Amino acid sequence: MAELRFGEPRQSRLLVGLGLVLVGLIALAIALGETGLSGHQYATAFTDPGSPAGEILWQIRAPRAAAAAVVGAALGLAGAVMQGLLRNPLADPAVLGVSASAGLGAAVVIALGLAGIAGAVEAAALAGALIAGVIVVLLALRLREPETLILFGVALSAMGGALTALVFNLSPSPIATSEVLSWLLGSVANRGWNDIGAALAPCAVGAALCAYAAGGLRMLTLGEETAALSGLPMARLRAAAVAGAALLTGAAVAMAGVIGFVGLAAPHLTRGAVSDDPARTLAPSALAGAMLLVAADLAARIIPSDEELKLGVVTALFGAPLFAVVAWRAARSWRR
Amino acid sequence: MIASLEMDRVSVELAGRPVLAEISLCMARGEVLGVLGPNGAGKTTLLRAALGLARLGAGEARLEGRDVRTLSESARANLAGYLPQDRRVGWNLPAWRIAALGAATRPPRDARRVAMDALDQVGMAALAQRGVLDMSGGERARVLLARLIATAAPLLIADEPAAGLDPDAQFMVMEVLAARAAAGAGVMVTLHDLTLAVRTCDRIAVLSGGRLVAIGRPEKALEPMTLREAFGLEGEVITTPLGPVIAARRRRH
Repeated sequence: MAELRFGEPRQSRLLVGLGLVLVGLIALAIALGETGLSGHQYATAFTDPGSPAGEILWQIRAPRAAAAAVVGAALGLAGAVMQGLLRNPLADPAVLGVSASAGLGAAVVIALGLAGIAGAVEAAALAGALIAGVIVVLLALRLREPETLILFGVALSAMGGALTALVFNLSPSPIATSEVLSWLLGSVANRGWNDIGAALAPCAVGAALCAYAAGGLRMLTLGEETAALSGLPMARLRAAAVAGAALLTGAAVAMAGVIGFVGLAAPHLTRGAVSDDPARTLAPSALAGAMLLVAADLAARIIPSDEELKLGVVTALFGAPLFAVVAWRAARSWRR
Repeated sequence: MIASLEMDRVSVELAGRPVLAEISLCMARGEVLGVLGPNGAGKTTLLRAALGLARLGAGEARLEGRDVRTLSESARANLAGYLPQDRRVGWNLPAWRIAALGAATRPPRDARRVAMDALDQVGMAALAQRGVLDMSGGERARVLLARLIATAAPLLIADEPAAGLDPDAQFMVMEVLAARAAAGAGVMVTLHDLTLAVRTCDRIAVLSGGRLVAIGRPEKALEPMTLREAFGLEGEVITTPLGPVIAARRRRH
């Protein structure tokens, strides 16, 4: 009986399948682009990474695709954690106000004209996310009911949005305003390997915290009181879940601006394959989020337009109808 | 002998309103104690107070002789398992995964074995793979009971485990709990069905307006005066060849 899987597909098989699709998408994202390359040039890019074709592939397209994958994975994982923690299929990484606070941090730095300093915008966004994250973790330790936590998150989100609007309002130059807006729409254009390196540490810590909290998320399926008597250290697990999701969201917003929708959709794309289990949704959601964002960024690059489409615009534009279909199918397995 | 559960002059206030007043009771291992009373009498609060889930305004609750407020989460879980009245389930997990949550601190393989055994006891083994949200309310209630049965705790506290179940399942639930009592656990349940309580509980505690108005053997605890004062019923325990029955009607006001 121990080897029986009770009709559930093996987690490893699902992860390998999703991983292969992701690798394929990344390869496609590196191969395709505005600059058409000949077969010979592709070959040169492999043999001589320093050649012009090599520069395009390995210094422009590859880091960009990798950035999309990292941001997508962070958002997908954070979304799955928030949905599990709050027992709410509508929760996403933005629900607790972390995204809005990160956006505010970036907006302030840009409006103050400090965007020229390398890493300043990213650091400010991460700082904004961390401040909001600490507030939310403290709230999560005191408030057990998910509804209350959501309401505080909405308040924090609204505050971040209002203060960002205030920055627009008081901003002396229209250029700064347009810069903030452009940043808020989200993009992974011009991201280099060093940007990815900077995001790896918060993402790794965030992912580890989420993995630690996984069993607690599954237990919360039965509500707070049952969980309180389950023998699991629920206070610690809840705090880890919130802190992990906040770190991942902060790192994602710092690298790519505010990108909606991926964190909401990724868990739903994978939930059916793991029997609705909030713990086993985590890793597949991260992979699905990465897939979604790599595909969306590829679309943003190759759809012909005068101004390159913003990533946040593409995810919402293409994602929303797709999500409606998934939601329609999944509706019967949601909370009744 | 150390009592499985001991409540010593426990009072609880919720939102400034007294809900329990000076409740003292004691439960031994091996017995099934039924907690009865009309709606709003404080039954759920009594259970939550015993487990340290409700803040005690006064008095003390002890599990196996230890003050519940001083117990760590894991120590408390080792001493008591709880089945709340609220049967909402957040996600459509298969029944065996829900049942396995009762043994969440054990290795996955053990938890799965314990879960399947518990599902078997409540007659749900055949539906082990079905999503709990794809089940009827009664089936889901049985799966949630299996989750409680899967805990190894020496005290099981269940809030209305028989509510909404068909008559056969109501007896089955009480049999499963009684079997755990026979194996040495203390069992505390709230019930609304007076006849079911008389038939299946070793002792009955009757609450009314937050006070303990009677406690003892079922026939004694549910004597006509208690039925009248606590429940507003005119009635009595009648012995039949199939067991005791409570015959009752509403009092004329």
